Amino acid sequence: MHLDAIFFQIMIYLLAAVVSVPLAKKAGLGSVLGYLIAGILIGPFVLGLVGSEGEDVMHIAEFGVVIMLFIVGLELHPGMLWRMKRLIFGLGGMQIGFTALVFATLTALFWLNTAQAITTGLILALSSTAIVLQTLTEKGMLQTRGGRHSFSVLLMQDISVVPIFAILALLATQVVKDTGVISDAPEATESGWQQLLIIIAAVGTIIVGGRYLAHYIFKLIAETGLRELFTATALLLVIGIAVFMDAVGLSPALGTFLAGVVLANSEYRYELEDNLEPFKGLLLGVFFISVGASINFDLLIEYWALILLILTIVVSVKLVILFLLGKLFKLPLSHNMLFSFSLAQAGEFGFVLITFALQSAIYDEFTAGVLLIVVALSMLITPVLFIINEHLIQPRILKEVSLEADEVEDNNHPVIIAGFGRFGQVMGRFLNANGIKLTIIDNNPHNVQYLKKFGYKVYFGDMTRKEMLEAAGAAKAKVLVVTMSERHQIDKLVGLAQKHYPNLKLIVRAVDVAHELALQNIGVMGHRQAIFDSAIELGTSALSAIGFSRHESYRSALTFKHLDKRFMANLQQRYSKDDPHFLMETRKFSEHLENILLMHQKHPYQEMDCAWDTQSRIEEEKENQNIGK
Amino acid sequence: MKKILIIYAHPIETKSRVNRRMIAAVESMSNVRVNKLYENYPDFFIDVKHEQSLLEEHDVVVWHHPMYWYSGPALLKEWFDLVLEHGFAYGKEGNFLKGKWAINCVTTGGRAASYQAGGVNRFPVRQFLLPFDQSATLCKMRYLSPYIVHGVHLLNENNIKEVVADYTRFISFLRDEEWQEEQINREDSFNIFMSRGKKQ
Repeated sequence: MHLDAIFFQIMIYLLAAVVSVPLAKKAGLGSVLGYLIAGILIGPFVLGLVGSEGEDVMHIAEFGVVIMLFIVGLELHPGMLWRMKRLIFGLGGMQIGFTALVFATLTALFWLNTAQAITTGLILALSSTAIVLQTLTEKGMLQTRGGRHSFSVLLMQDISVVPIFAILALLATQVVKDTGVISDAPEATESGWQQLLIIIAAVGTIIVGGRYLAHYIFKLIAETGLRELFTATALLLVIGIAVFMDAVGLSPALGTFLAGVVLANSEYRYELEDNLEPFKGLLLGVFFISVGASINFDLLIEYWALILLILTIVVSVKLVILFLLGKLFKLPLSHNMLFSFSLAQAGEFGFVLITFALQSAIYDEFTAGVLLIVVALSMLITPVLFIINEHLIQPRILKEVSLEADEVEDNNHPVIIAGFGRFGQVMGRFLNANGIKLTIIDNNPHNVQYLKKFGYKVYFGDMTRKEMLEAAGAAKAKVLVVTMSERHQIDKLVGLAQKHYPNLKLIVRAVDVAHELALQNIGVMGHRQAIFDSAIELGTSALSAIGFSRHESYRSALTFKHLDKRFMANLQQRYSKDDPHFLMETRKFSEHLENILLMHQKHPYQEMDCAWDTQSRIEEEKENQNIGK
Repeated sequence: MKKILIIYAHPIETKSRVNRRMIAAVESMSNVRVNKLYENYPDFFIDVKHEQSLLEEHDVVVWHHPMYWYSGPALLKEWFDLVLEHGFAYGKEGNFLKGKWAINCVTTGGRAASYQAGGVNRFPVRQFLLPFDQSATLCKMRYLSPYIVHGVHLLNENNIKEVVADYTRFISFLRDEEWQEEQINREDSFNIFMSRGKKQ
């Protein structure tokens, strides 16, 4: 390929991402769907701008998976695995086991042989880590109970890719014995045991290398103090392993995933993550685009009914199994729905595994092709599943819950708190202690019963929907306190409240200074940076600990707060005019504070407390004395 | 016409029966500025510069507060401590308040009869307010006999309405009339001075 051709390809990919992702986000579809649509558009079947040979696209796709898996591996900290063992191994293990079993049985019943059935079962048991994690994070649902369950299952699936590869390798032997036909694929000519030996050897090399060698190399590189060299080394490591695995006929994704796990305990773990994160984000985008581009529309058009049928079966079977498991693990309905709907698709590992199975002659071209489309389509409809859950299912659950709540309390509660995490809880307790009746909206139904007992009115589900605000009594309440942690959710809720309930006073916990200023710009009062006050509180303790009198440090904290407030007001006026000033002002602010603090060193009290400083009086009296003489 | 600054100190305004109504009645009068200390400085962090500029803009300062332990509530004392700075209010260079008038307006739980020799409180209110008197004098201000509302705990709705009406008259009088401070200070309280005027 010519250089300009490569550049052209890169340009097309980047352009597709830059154009479609913001559009998709604006339409409320999330970035993943944006990438997928971009892929379909530029792919061989619509505009034909890239990947006229499907292999090109798949290669890029595979490297996206490679980097992602390396980072997933890096994040698989043994300590975390242990803490979440019940969810990861229990829930996750059961999900993979049952789903694989059901799909294997279904496929075996219809038209495929045993090896194909087992392979299909295992492939379809997996869900898409990339899509689901990104979507949950974007929606701020990763920390909810349903979100955490989804995460655990995804983690287990990522881990189980390793044994699944081993099983596929074994099955490949079986296929050769059963059929007695020698396939064209070179890997299939080797015996399965040979393949297994190669796997073990390669895995061993990575473990030993990662454990004993990588440490010295990273140390050497880190000592040069050149940041870009570290980035280069990190990339070299990932690409090197990918090449090595390719050479021995294994999936590069598997190899780098293993390397990641091995390095999860290394002291260079965070640096590796830091360095690879941007590549991961970019390549994941490329990966999703290539998923979109790799959908074989010819096959899809020819066998659309079959494919649609399989897709429906796959998604509904996964949904049912997930839902039942959620019940078994006592997930409340609304969270179980999130959990089930988020994981009902097949995953990106599917592409790698299907390709591997095709190379090992487990699948024929047709089966592999159909399955690839099913996997891709199921990923494509994931955002749709999320939307179904949010707009059709959650409101119904909500209605039931709110009816229940209405029976308990129907008097007007003047304050609504949106977000009942650690921050909201303290606030709630404080207001409750003052005899204020509260209505709580949260997406964690964990404490519902308990809270109701104490006279709170509780709603759970998506807080950023108008129906929710309405059910919570926003029309009658006086104040809405917003204490959620995700900025885009906060902004969404604030916008909603301002639009529909102009009389509702908003008190919003801002995420950072810029957010606080942005809120002030749209006329929201009474917000503080989330951490500002507790930071000063700690600072006060520190001052007292080094010998300031307690009142002195308390006054100093007050001075600091009031100066901050005054300056924020000043800052806000400029911020609304144009942005570059903002940074300048922020810098000036810190310089100004520095001056105040310097002055504080010279004088026993702050400028505001001058009257307590008797210096000027002493001087005047001395003067008078001199005149008297 | 004089400009009146009412420095109002009441720590739990929502529970106030009388003071709140008095303040509400005069709040929107022209050339009268009510400065609610506890509302503006809930954390006792007084904006000294702002307070000083308020003082400069007005001719008469009214310290309006309930009587707490024969003085004002704590924040009012803090206000004195911090706002009346050396070099601003007193001292060789401190002439910014020179010639202005100052007066206390206090409400007491005890009845008028208790504020005299032989009563529970033994001394007249005027005497308890000596620190205000002297502070004003040190700041080269002219201190006037206090305006007093006695026995507020026992006031019924009609009494309160009367008190509010009287107070409004008092503030208007301060603002509009050409009074002589010597005549006012001949009496123990501004109330007595005003009732004498009525009789005449």
